[in-house]
This record gives sequence, structure tokens and C-alpha cells, in this order.
Amino acid sequence: MKNIKYSVLAFLGLAMVLTSCQPKSKTSNGALSSGAAEKVYVAPGEHDEYYAFISGGFSGQLSVYGLPSGRLFKVIPVFSQDAEKAYGYNEETKPMLNTSHGFVPWDDSHHPDISQTNGELDGRYVFINGNNTPRIAKIDLTTFETTEIIEVPNSAGNHSSSFVTENTEYVVAGTRFSVPVPQRDMSIKEYKGNFKGALSFISVDPEDGGMDIKFQLLMPGFDYDLSHPGRGASHGWFFFTTYNTEEANTLLEVNASQNDKDFIAAVNWKAIEEYVNNGGGKKMPSNYAHNVYDEHTHTATSTMKKEVLVVNPAEVPGAVYFLPTPKSPHGCDVDPSGEYIVGAGKLSADLTVHSFTKMLAAIEGEKFDGEAYGIPILKFEDVLAGTVNQAGLGPLHTEFDGQGNAYTTFFISSEVVKWKLGTWDVVDRQSTYYSVGHLMIPGGNSRKPFGKYVVAMNKITKDRYLPTGPEVTQSAQLFDISGEKMELLLDFPTIGEPHYAAGIEASIVKANSKKIFSLTENKHEYATTNDNDVKVVRNGKEVHIYMTMIRSHFNPDNIEGVKVGDKVYFHVTNLEQDYDVPHGVSIIGANTSELLIMPGQTETFVWEPKQVGVWPFYCTDFCSALHQEMQGYVRVSPANSNIELSHSLGE
Amino acid sequence: MFVGVLLPLFLFVFPLWNITLEAPQYPTPLGMDIYINDFADANPHDIKNINLMNHYVGMKYIPDAIPEFKIFPAGIIITTILGLLIAFKANYKWYLYWFILMVSLSAAGLYDFYLWEHDYGHDLDPKAIMKFTNPDGTVMGFQPPLFGSKDILNFKAHSYPQLGALFMGVGIAMSLVAYFVGRKENK
Repeated sequence: MKNIKYSVLAFLGLAMVLTSCQPKSKTSNGALSSGAAEKVYVAPGEHDEYYAFISGGFSGQLSVYGLPSGRLFKVIPVFSQDAEKAYGYNEETKPMLNTSHGFVPWDDSHHPDISQTNGELDGRYVFINGNNTPRIAKIDLTTFETTEIIEVPNSAGNHSSSFVTENTEYVVAGTRFSVPVPQRDMSIKEYKGNFKGALSFISVDPEDGGMDIKFQLLMPGFDYDLSHPGRGASHGWFFFTTYNTEEANTLLEVNASQNDKDFIAAVNWKAIEEYVNNGGGKKMPSNYAHNVYDEHTHTATSTMKKEVLVVNPAEVPGAVYFLPTPKSPHGCDVDPSGEYIVGAGKLSADLTVHSFTKMLAAIEGEKFDGEAYGIPILKFEDVLAGTVNQAGLGPLHTEFDGQGNAYTTFFISSEVVKWKLGTWDVVDRQSTYYSVGHLMIPGGNSRKPFGKYVVAMNKITKDRYLPTGPEVTQSAQLFDISGEKMELLLDFPTIGEPHYAAGIEASIVKANSKKIFSLTENKHEYATTNDNDVKVVRNGKEVHIYMTMIRSHFNPDNIEGVKVGDKVYFHVTNLEQDYDVPHGVSIIGANTSELLIMPGQTETFVWEPKQVGVWPFYCTDFCSALHQEMQGYVRVSPANSNIELSHSLGE
Repeated sequence: MFVGVLLPLFLFVFPLWNITLEAPQYPTPLGMDIYINDFADANPHDIKNINLMNHYVGMKYIPDAIPEFKIFPAGIIITTILGLLIAFKANYKWYLYWFILMVSLSAAGLYDFYLWEHDYGHDLDPKAIMKFTNPDGTVMGFQPPLFGSKDILNFKAHSYPQLGALFMGVGIAMSLVAYFVGRKENK
């Protein structure tokens, strides 16, 4: 329509000032093109090329950065309360943090992963795991809000999570700590042979993204550290690193470091899926929370689920194999073709790379080297594709650029090492500052990485920034990997500990980002979508205020008849339908956070006035030229007062 | 002549006029498409947001409907039927009369549009939140331009005809061409 309009204008020979943004020509390859500053410079008003979703670690949240600029756009509250956004404080989102242990206001968020279709990032959702009280969360990338959290029962230290399969059939959550399954009162010393490690396969509904635990594989009592899906030819398999195959229950730093080799567990989830679809597995009584936020009611509901399907791997022949892997492997990464499975023995200087093709051949030939709890162990030499020798100290994680190169972090020698798949030769190494953990190439966990940048996420920062007392910032570093040698471009601070990240080309996501919530689609129980429906209702000691807000007033803004001892619910609807016009609200003495309400949305906070008086409330987000006028009063009378409830605006 | 007479019917499909408001805070400008029977958002909620802006200076809300929305469509249908009768039955001189009729009606329509704009831009609420005066002390009006572009406070307002108006213009012009062609053939 616009084109037609413009051609019409041209036809009529009219001059019209058009301010449409012309795409700026990309910087030329002049003499300055090797300048790191120029490579990370995104001019004011322009957009970054990639989104990076960086875990907030012990903040429990997920941060959204732009690459290559390293600018922070948003901190999405996931597992921790956020007073700024009222997440976990307002009545609508409190249920999101419900668990079988009650309301848990914090977690340790670790490994974000973006949904995929046909092995490529589709940019619909980000999944991330809560490590401490095992949970998997789903963030919707149309709203950049957490819309679903499912608790994972029989799990503890939900660490080898939350990685998705090629078509987002499953998001997978493996336990780091093995525990008694079901939980019971028993001696810790009886760990060995009795504790179990649950690997949970959570199905994702292809239509609405709804999560449901399809089955849990009850594995031997090892620690399941990290995992990644097979892809391409190995689609249908999932690989988990293990340590503590010694099954120690105390002083693990020594006792879990005794075996020369632990395992990578190769799980044929398609075989198990078929097994459970045919009635296999056992329904086990359980208790875990499933919390879903509805975009139309703007409200979360928490449901306790009472049953989970568990599978004993020994009862499904051909479902699980162990691949011996040296030195307590940590990272477990699968290359874009799906052929190579890289195990990073963290107490080693070498990297072990297994071959999927060789693994299938070894299984075919039944060349087993014994078994563990009924699970066949393949011979190390039979599945080994190659070793990257003496690449560094303390290998942790590997990502791929899609050009036949792999990039591995080394924690102890504090560096990123680039090496070639197939020849296993080291090509380049660059120091990191300091002690890098994960690294991330946008699309690195997919068939099609965007091999332009790698982000190294460091565990230690020390002197890299201005000091801020004993606690200094956490940090990430951006490298250009488009050339043969990696080039350090940028240090940038991050929130919490940046455990891992997932990156995606911005163009896949940004067009889907919602601007407002439609008022006509607002199905909140206490929504007031029309000024005629504004009301204040008393129900015993509860007072419900159905309030609206629009530039630049609240309706109503004078309320009388509230009494000390009442429980006052402010149900506030933002009537705006314009981009980036949120309003906030709070009142003196509210024992909770403010509300920050997006256009078209309804949120609720509770106020329990304890003192007689006339108490103001106001808009907390500078919304308009008359923002300072956006205020109101509630009159609070003594508990025995007989003043009737009343409300008004402009009278 | 026949085609020329039918072209104004496109007014029922395409907008007649468009008013667009640009400001730094609106990277996507606010816009209103004026049809012969409706005011429509250029992008969702634009009219609501124009009203919200304008209430600061005391301008009235843009109405859901105005009497013109009934009169204009009727006028177009009547003149089209008239034109068709002329195209089939009457001699070429009538083409000129139809042309004159249409030009006159269009001018009247524009004048009506101007009056509405003037009222909209000048009949302000005396309790307006913000009152602006011209350098000579008179109350500042916020009338959008009839045709062209104009700065109004922080906004730049554009007012231009759209596809519907174009079709009507071409149709009217064709009737004039038909008249001249008819006259030539008659000599």
C-alpha cells in the first residue's frame, strides 16, 4: 500500500518529505577495517546484527545483549523475583515461581538454548534451566517474557540442561546430582548402587510450545554434567557427559577423580519414545509444579502434577550406551554435521572426539567392553574419531563455526583454542581474561552456525574494569572469528555469572517482537478495558479497585471508604495502545514492588493499609509531558468507620 | 467517457486523502486515511493515538462518523449513474457539462474538508492542558494543511490526496478529453 501511495505521489509530481531510513552502507574495507573499535561500533539508532541471550547465572535471569556492540537491552526475569518488572511480586506472576517446595524466589540459571526447526534456529523460544531447584523455563521471543516453567522431579542440580533437539521435539534436562528416587530417608553412605540420575525428556508442543515431561530415564547414580543433541545423521540421539562414575558421596574433588575414564552416555531417545508410546515405562507418583503464563489473561496459573513416567534403561535394549571418555568430561558438544561428539576431559590437556558412525558400527558389531548397571560400554578405541593433543589445560566447552573449525575453551590455561575437525590440528589460540567457562557462536548448537563471532564467558574478571569493591563485574569477551586468526574485539560486563549463551541473527527474531498487547484481546479476570467499567468493590475486608491508566491520569484517582485492616487489590489496566508507553504504579507503604504495565495489559498489586490518612499513589514510569500530574489519593479511615466506598475522577 | 465515468467508483476501495503526522517520538508516523465513508488508521490505533496527543492542546476527538460519510457516497453513485446515461445516450457536449459538475462538486468537497479541518484545529477546549499563542498574542490553532506539509509544534503534518482521489481526477480529466475528441469528430 505504501508503495502505491508513493508512486501516486510521484505521479502527481508532489514533493513530500519522507523520513524513511535508508540502510546505511556497511563500512568499507578501508585502512581502518582491522580496527577492533570499528568492528564493534553500532552507530546511534542502528541495530546490532545478532541477539545474544546470556544466562544470568546466580542472578537466576536471562539477559539480552546485542552483538557486536555488547550493549545490554533487557534482563528477562526467569527464576528470580524482579521488583522492577513486578515479576514474582504481582498477583499475576507469583504462580510462576511456585514449586513442590513452595514459592522459590531465586535460582541459578545456566544454559539457554533457542528453539529449532530442521536443525536451524527458528527464533520462537529460548529455554533455560534453573539449576538449584530443578526447573526448565521457556521465554517467548514475541514478548521476551517467561511464559512457562516446569519443575523437574527426581532431579537435583539440573545442570545437563536445557538443550533442544532438531525440531524442538524435546528440551532435555539431566540431573547433575544423583539422588534417591523416589526421595526417602536413607543413609548418605548408601549412595552407591542406590542413588539414581534422572534424564528428563520434556516434550514441546509444536503448536503452542506447551511443555510436558514425556519420560524420565533413570540412569546409574553418576553426575550428568552437560549434554547436546545429535543432529543430521545422529538426530534421534542425545549425548551426556558423566563424572563421578566412582559414585562417591563425599570429597568428590578427590574421590570422583580416580577413574581414568568416565563416560559419555549416548541415549537413543527415539527408541525410548517408541518404547513409551507402546506402553513402556512405569508411572511413578510424583509432585511437581507446572506454571503457565497466559498472554491474554496476563496471568500465570500453577498446577501440581502428580505423576511422571520413568524408564529403566536396562529394560530398553539398544537405547543407551556408554562411550568411555577420559578425565571427568565436562562439555559434550556435537558438531554441525552430527558426526563428531566432543568430550572435554576437564582434568586433561587433550580433547576426545568420538565418531557417531564408528559408534553405530561398534553397536552393530556388539563390541562391548563390559557393562554398567546393565548398560553396555563400548570400547574406547572403537568409537574414537581422534584426539586434539595437548591443546591446553582444562578443556571445558566447544562450539563450531560451520566452516570445519571448532573452538574450545580452556579454563586453567585461560584461552580459546581453534582447531580443525578431522585433522585435529590446533590452528590458533587466544588468551581470555580470565578463566573462560563457556563460549558461544550464534547458532553454535545447530546445523547452521553463524560463524562470525565467538563470545567467551569468563569466570574471573579481576582487574579488567574499574574496581567496585571486593565484588567486581562479571564479564564476556567478543572475538572476530571470520579470519584464520581470532581477534579480540571487545570486553563487556554481564549480569550474574554468564554461564552460557545462545545467539541468533537479529533478523529472525526482531520482526516478531510485539509492540503492544491488544486491549480487545485482554481476558484478565479483573481487566477494565473501558472507562465506563471503572469501579471499586468491597467484599468483606477485601477491596477490589478496577482502575485504568492512560496519559496522563488514573481512573479513578480519588478513592474513599477504605479502612485500616482492609486488603486492597489494585487491578490496573493500561489503556494505551501505542508502542513504548508503559505506566507504572505504586502507593506509600505497599509491602510489595511497583507494577510496570505494558499497553493493553492488566496487573494487580495488594496494599494493606495500616495507618489512617490520605495516601497518594502515582505513575512510576515517566510516561508523558504530564507524568508528574499522574497521581491520585486513597483515603484510609479507621477500621470502625462507616464511610461508604466511593471513587471519582475529575469531580 | 465510459471509463472516465467509472473511475470515481474506486473511491469505495481506495482512500481519498491521507494526513500523516511525524515527530521524533514516532519513528513510525501517525497517520489517518480518509475514505469517502470512513476515517481509518494508517497503522493500528493511529487515530486513538492522534486523539491522545491532541487532547493536550484541547482538540476534539476525531469523530467515528460524520454526515459527509453518507452524502459523499450518494453523490458519487448519483454522478456515476448520470455519467453513464450521458456516455450511452447523450452527445459530446454533455461530457463537458458532466466535467463541470464534477469539478464543482470536488471543489465543494474540498471546501467542506477545509471547514472541518479549520474547526478541528481552532475550536479548542478552553480547559486545554497546554495553551499556545501566536507571536501576535492570538490563540494558536492546530489546523492541518489542506494540501501540503506544515510544522505544527513538534509535529510535521502532511496532507495529500490518495489513490481514490487520483482515480477520480483521472476520470474527470478523461471526460474533458472525451469532450474534445467528440468535438473534433463532429466537425
